[in-house]
Amino acid sequence: MKHTLSVLVENKPGVLARVAGLFSRRGFNIDSLAVGITENPDVSRMTITVDAEEHPIEQVTKQLHKLINVIKITDLDAEKTVARELALLKVKSDAKTRAEVMQLAKIFRAQILDVSRKTITIEITGTFEKIDALEQLLQPHGVVEIVRTGRIAIERGEK
Amino acid sequence: MKGSEAIIESLKVAGVEVVFGLPGGMVIPLYDALYDSDLKHFLVRHEQGAAHMADGYARATGKTGVCIATSGPGATNLVTGIANAYMDSTPMVAITGQARSDLIGTDAFQEADITGITEPIVKHSYLIKNPNDISRIFKEAFYIASTGRPGPVLIDIPADMQLAEIDYKPAGKIDLPGYKPTLKGHKKQIISAAKAIAAAEKPVFYAGGGIITAGADKELLAIAKLMKIPVTTTLMGLGGFPEDNDLSLGMLGMHGTGYANYAVTHSDLLIGVGARFDDRVTGKLATFARHAKKIHIDMDPAEISKNIAIDIPIVGDARDVLAGILAELKKMKRDPKKTAQWLDQVIAWKKKHPLHYKDEKGSIMPQFVIEEVNRITKSNAILCTDVGQHQMWSALFYKHLKPRHWISSGGLGTMGFGFPAAIGAKVGCPDKTVIDIAGDGSFQMNIQELATAVCYDIPVVVCILNNGFLGMVRQWQELFWSKRYSETVISCQPDFAAVAEAYGALGMTITKKQDVGDAIRTAIKSKRPAVLDFRVKPEENVFPMVPAGKSIDEMIGGHKT
Repeated sequence: MKHTLSVLVENKPGVLARVAGLFSRRGFNIDSLAVGITENPDVSRMTITVDAEEHPIEQVTKQLHKLINVIKITDLDAEKTVARELALLKVKSDAKTRAEVMQLAKIFRAQILDVSRKTITIEITGTFEKIDALEQLLQPHGVVEIVRTGRIAIERGEK
Repeated sequence: MKGSEAIIESLKVAGVEVVFGLPGGMVIPLYDALYDSDLKHFLVRHEQGAAHMADGYARATGKTGVCIATSGPGATNLVTGIANAYMDSTPMVAITGQARSDLIGTDAFQEADITGITEPIVKHSYLIKNPNDISRIFKEAFYIASTGRPGPVLIDIPADMQLAEIDYKPAGKIDLPGYKPTLKGHKKQIISAAKAIAAAEKPVFYAGGGIITAGADKELLAIAKLMKIPVTTTLMGLGGFPEDNDLSLGMLGMHGTGYANYAVTHSDLLIGVGARFDDRVTGKLATFARHAKKIHIDMDPAEISKNIAIDIPIVGDARDVLAGILAELKKMKRDPKKTAQWLDQVIAWKKKHPLHYKDEKGSIMPQFVIEEVNRITKSNAILCTDVGQHQMWSALFYKHLKPRHWISSGGLGTMGFGFPAAIGAKVGCPDKTVIDIAGDGSFQMNIQELATAVCYDIPVVVCILNNGFLGMVRQWQELFWSKRYSETVISCQPDFAAVAEAYGALGMTITKKQDVGDAIRTAIKSKRPAVLDFRVKPEENVFPMVPAGKSIDEMIGGHKT
């Protein structure tokens, strides 16, 4: 099962290296990692997805807590969380196939960012699964390059 | 005020009295400020020595040890010492010089990314980028190093930060939102633990280095006596429980006593305190204390259930938690006979499987040297060791009675640790007799610190159990690798006594059993740094021994025949 950890850290140099280093040396695999500052410029938030079947999530969070710059860790409950990922896909497409690719993008409410003679670049926002689904549908056309941000997530409700 | 002066000032504010170090290009400003200060600096001959001295000083005194090195190779030479302190949770602040801040990242002369290199082996680290942060960073560093589960903190200081003119302000209140160690144990858990202890028929305490760090030895002894519970300690926990007490089982684990390992295996309640269920203690995890309910008291939440599932976890300071449990137990109805049968069983094991070795005519047995050190110092010395056979014999054949009198490289198992650690311990406790038990292999890893000991007149007594082998590895080769002694024979050796004399220390070579005691007495009385080269039986083994991957009750050797 995938877990999404929302980790508040002090916005200080080297914090990302400490977190990433901890995962690698304790043998935990990071599926994705997104970092950005929060409403408080002294604090950053890392959203980390890990596969908890492989590693007990408790050990991961306890070890993370030992880092001095880590302030708070929340293991987000999927049902009480809104999660999104953004991806940019560059797909092979010429005049013959352009309409079909654009139609697929439209179904997924994706944006066209750039068009060249032989490619289309699409921006899609959504869940991990939605992005995978679009990617699979576009595969037969030839996906040249994909760039994904990794998951970011926020709890639902007033909290 | 200059940045370098602010560093000295910050060290004084932290209560630092002594530092161990060696200057270099990128710490010249710092050493210039040191020149005018009343901080006592010990010039070492290799930076690794400085780190181990700071470590030994910290373990003997409970204060935070401080070491200084220059950038690049100076800093990388500290790495083993920092890793050693990290594994054994020693409070230490390591200060390193760094290339000028505008040169960082350019592969400047003697530049090394020491915060990066040490990241996995420090509790925390800082690279100073603003000289006005010096007082705050030093205050935080000492606080982090010495509180919670202690550990080393590194402060990397570019040369220009030391030279900068600053408006020095003492650090304000510490603000570390991500660092709040839990000191007080959870009341409900403390009550559950007390109930489990009162209900147990075959309880055993498994006490680690946390007992010593927390100063919880009195509370441990009080509970053990009140409830009649036998106590085994880890290598790091030696001295945490007096071994002259009938309830003492000595050390457990791979080279633990037979009775400690049997008691743990057959216990119905295991009370782990300040210990981390290390593989050298548990052997095969699946069978470790397999009949026992497990209580685990530890400062570090990440240690709870890391290796083994715990029934009653309690995060907190060992002293606070044990005091809480003791108070609860005193309120409860207790049956003083509850563990009587269990104690009879323990006595039977002690009788059947005592620690022993076979004396051999014409040889100095290494265990005998340890027994003599014990007898002559009346178990009252600070004993330091490296890692290997001599370490295990010291752990087993010396009577450990008091905390902070046993300084050994536990987690990392560092050859070359003992001698500089002994120097640090003697600096911290000048009135104590400090003995370093060393191997002929390991002593050569920091032998250069003889110069430091002589130069500052630090009278530690080094007892080399010289068997001409890298003994512990040889033992494994003998037992598990068909006696193929690949590169463990030290065929070419210096005359240690002559080396010691050349450095200006007292040197003696001891080849006869009847001279052992006199040599130790002479060395202690000389009040000089001394090296005693005991030519012990070459192929003696440490027994009992649990082969790797076996259950701890599956010991080999050590049976009295």
